[in-house]
Amino acid sequence: MSVKLHFGKLAAATILAAASVLGASLAARADDVRIAMVVKNLGNGFFDAAHEGGEEAIKALPGAKLIYTGPTTPTAEGQIDIINSLIAQNVNAIVISANDPDALVPVAKKAMARGITVMSFDAGVAPAGRVFQLNPSKADLIGRKQIEMAAKTLGGKGEIAILSATAQATNQNIWIAEMKKVLAEPAYKDLKLVDVVYGDDQSDKSYREAIGLFRKHPDLKAIIAPTTVGITASAKAVTDQKLVGKVFVTGLGLPSEMAGHVHSGAVDTFAIWNPIDLGYTATYAAFQLATKKATGAPNSTIEVGRMKSIAIDASGEAAMSEPYVFDKTNVDKFAKIF
Amino acid sequence: MTLTHPSRPVRPMPKSAFETRLLALAARWETALVVILVVICGLNTAASPYFLDLHNLFDSTQIFSEKGLLVLSMTLIVITGDIDLSVASIIALTGTFVGFLALHGVATPWLVVGGIAVGTACGAFNGGVIVRFQVPAIVVTIGTMSLFRGISYIVLGDQAYTRFPESFAELGQGTLGGYVPWEFLIYLAMAAVFAVFLHRTVFGRDLFAIGNNAQAARYSGIRVQNYRFLVFTLSGAMAGLAAVLFTSRVGAVRPNMAQGWELEVVATAVLGGVAIMGGSGTIPGVVLATFVFGMLSFGLGLINVPGIIMSIVTGTLLIAAIATPIVVRRLRLALERRREGNPRG
Repeated sequence: MSVKLHFGKLAAATILAAASVLGASLAARADDVRIAMVVKNLGNGFFDAAHEGGEEAIKALPGAKLIYTGPTTPTAEGQIDIINSLIAQNVNAIVISANDPDALVPVAKKAMARGITVMSFDAGVAPAGRVFQLNPSKADLIGRKQIEMAAKTLGGKGEIAILSATAQATNQNIWIAEMKKVLAEPAYKDLKLVDVVYGDDQSDKSYREAIGLFRKHPDLKAIIAPTTVGITASAKAVTDQKLVGKVFVTGLGLPSEMAGHVHSGAVDTFAIWNPIDLGYTATYAAFQLATKKATGAPNSTIEVGRMKSIAIDASGEAAMSEPYVFDKTNVDKFAKIF
Repeated sequence: MTLTHPSRPVRPMPKSAFETRLLALAARWETALVVILVVICGLNTAASPYFLDLHNLFDSTQIFSEKGLLVLSMTLIVITGDIDLSVASIIALTGTFVGFLALHGVATPWLVVGGIAVGTACGAFNGGVIVRFQVPAIVVTIGTMSLFRGISYIVLGDQAYTRFPESFAELGQGTLGGYVPWEFLIYLAMAAVFAVFLHRTVFGRDLFAIGNNAQAARYSGIRVQNYRFLVFTLSGAMAGLAAVLFTSRVGAVRPNMAQGWELEVVATAVLGGVAIMGGSGTIPGVVLATFVFGMLSFGLGLINVPGIIMSIVTGTLLIAAIATPIVVRRLRLALERRREGNPRG
């Protein structure tokens, strides 16, 4: 009788033991400088590359350890739970790419109250919840670059549409606002923005939204997708619908995912900053802050290894560099890197 | 004896009174959950030096307090043989309403009252449609799952409500004596109320009767439709309370808040021993299941297990915990049958 009773317990215990072993090796020593990189969601090529940059920075920094983590789906709730568990582990610094600028403020404040350095990169946390925000580039430059690419491909005129991530995505919304500002300039008066749709950073939804754009706007000439998920889904939709040469896709993408679409002709040019550099810079800066080698205060600078130094402006934000344009001449070289 | 899921009656055996009671206790599903919980806490302690820390343990209750509230009312609904898949969407709609009120300078007590009122109204709407038009609850609540969140999307779009009074934030972020979150205390109090309500009142007994056989319950004079309406309204009220706490804790309202919680809530109730077809289940069981899932995700979080692996582990735990007693019972029945068929063997 008792054997049967134990069978149930044993099965549950075995599963749990297996699960714990998976993570047990990650436990670190208390005297390390432990830096946690919390990304929007795991399984995202952009953040995998940022992780690689973070690991590179760690190698250059004595005593530093990197914890790379993030929720399965890009939600603020998932990130809140993760940050709570990082607070419990008493890590030295947390570097966040936020799914929601406001919802992370209370938990980030709690982390800072317990002596943890909190900074954001890529998608920022609201100022009350971080020391400073590291932008990969400047919003106005990113917005302008994407309109410039579309204008160059289309010869300066035609209908364009934007396919974004979620309607709540912080950085995408800022870039779209900048794009609209640029479109208002006389030089781009013949480019007509006809629609803004949201693919929620899911391949299938982005794909359906792209097809929806073709149906709704038969004269559409270009889709600008300021997201790595949206741009590949849009390019695939163009290819599948046999619209190569009629509709061009541009925006922000990863070279490794875009190389095929550049060669097929669905994409003429696209841009991205280097996420490896971004992860490197963010991790390096977090180490400098956590070890009190820099303050991160407004109007100060931080030395960040091979990326030289970054300057924090009066509003507590710093820009790493300008977005870099890829086309068929250079995409293959970078596709091997990220 | 074997582990017995509460949906199946324990087979009576001739034993001494004390032995019988001991065996009945060992065979209870809650006992198995206590064992699972102890095992999880033991493994967490072994895997992370940060687990056994009073501060951290109390902090971790915030992972499950809000969901736990929803599990309590979901338990009543599932016991009566229904299901409510709209609870997470009620949170989104209620949160939006509370955020709207706060933006217009409404004071904290009225934010709480208003939030619970909107949640209750949503629940009453579900219950009303289900009872009045005799539509299956799963159909109605799948509909309102989109409807309630849809309203929130229409109101907010890509915006957020982020301005709340200081005193409102205390509710979800504050603690008693710097340790015990108010949220956790509220959850424990509600769990006690639900336990008494379900297991010590005629009302509670009637819910079990409806879940076992609604027709028979009706012929015994139980007003089945009134009860169904009431438990759905109660579910809405609990979602309203959870929304108030969630909004206070996070300090921001967006239409995608609490997305996907309905399935976690149903899964927790099932792990807690509530029969998905209705008729049985206990509050201590679902409270334990809430702790099991809470401590599991806290422990996995402490050792930085990625969310994808975490979902796999919780899913596997759910299936293993539910399937093991069933498989064991099947094996035993097969053995007995073989013995009966072959008396010499």
